[in-house]
Amino acid sequence: MKFGVVVFPGSNCDFDAFHVLKDVVKQPTVWLWHKDHDLKGVDAVVLPGGFSYGDYLRSGAIARFSPLMQEVREFAEKGGLVLGICNGFQVLLELGLLPGAMVRNKHLKFLCQHVTIRVENDRTRFSHKARRGQVLRIPIAHFDGNYFAPPETLAEIERNGQVVFRYCDADGRLTDEANVNGSLHAIAGLMNAGGNVMGMMPHPERASEQLLGSADGRLVFESLLARF
Amino acid sequence: MKVRILVAFKDSVLDPQGQTVKNALHTLGYGVIRDVRQGKVFEIDLVGVTRPEAEKLIPEISDKVLANPIIEKFSWQILED
Repeated sequence: MKFGVVVFPGSNCDFDAFHVLKDVVKQPTVWLWHKDHDLKGVDAVVLPGGFSYGDYLRSGAIARFSPLMQEVREFAEKGGLVLGICNGFQVLLELGLLPGAMVRNKHLKFLCQHVTIRVENDRTRFSHKARRGQVLRIPIAHFDGNYFAPPETLAEIERNGQVVFRYCDADGRLTDEANVNGSLHAIAGLMNAGGNVMGMMPHPERASEQLLGSADGRLVFESLLARF
Repeated sequence: MKVRILVAFKDSVLDPQGQTVKNALHTLGYGVIRDVRQGKVFEIDLVGVTRPEAEKLIPEISDKVLANPIIEKFSWQILED
């Protein structure tokens, strides 16, 4: 399966994502430059973390206008697999490929720490190698990860089972303390209604090798490799 | 033509930055301040457009780029022709 990792000015987790795809999951992986118009025939697109365009205006707000993102939009609308991590999630929200928006973390702090997230839906292209209720330990690093959507949108995504991950404590319980950024419904990972686009604030590429303290994130990439 | 566009969170969205500013003002003794909402100001200089064209263009760029309509609202005024 061929992966493409998108590079914006200000991306800073692009090499981590590339490394995991190529060296850990061992798939052919190419770079996709934001100014290009060509997805190079990839089977899946990964939008990495970072601070595209310095987070100017709003996180992800400028990146969505890049030429490559118009290709990614068409690719996604035809059912192509797209994974947005952290800033990549923010770009997907700004682009409208995922519902809702991000606002500043509830305590106005940049959060850089390990969190635990619970698998809410294990019948997805992003999570089927995990099991429902499983708790994954994966780090976050963001300022704007406080998920917001109007009540009718929240109801719809819950009804459709679009919530893939929620922030939880180590035992899988949903608590205010565990929901570190204040996201509505503790949403940490969300997919579109079609199930081919997912965004998540935690960084699975930073938790794909035991050497780094957790390999739980690898489940996300391994899920992408096969249908379920 | 000079235009000022204000972008702020919708009333339904929490504004933790505004809350923090309010708390700081309260700490300083300004108890009369009931609420603070923080937003963004864009001062835009337009060239070669008529007033009706500007009145169409400003909401268009505000909706498309300057504000995220899911969480933000905008208002604007023409400062000088």
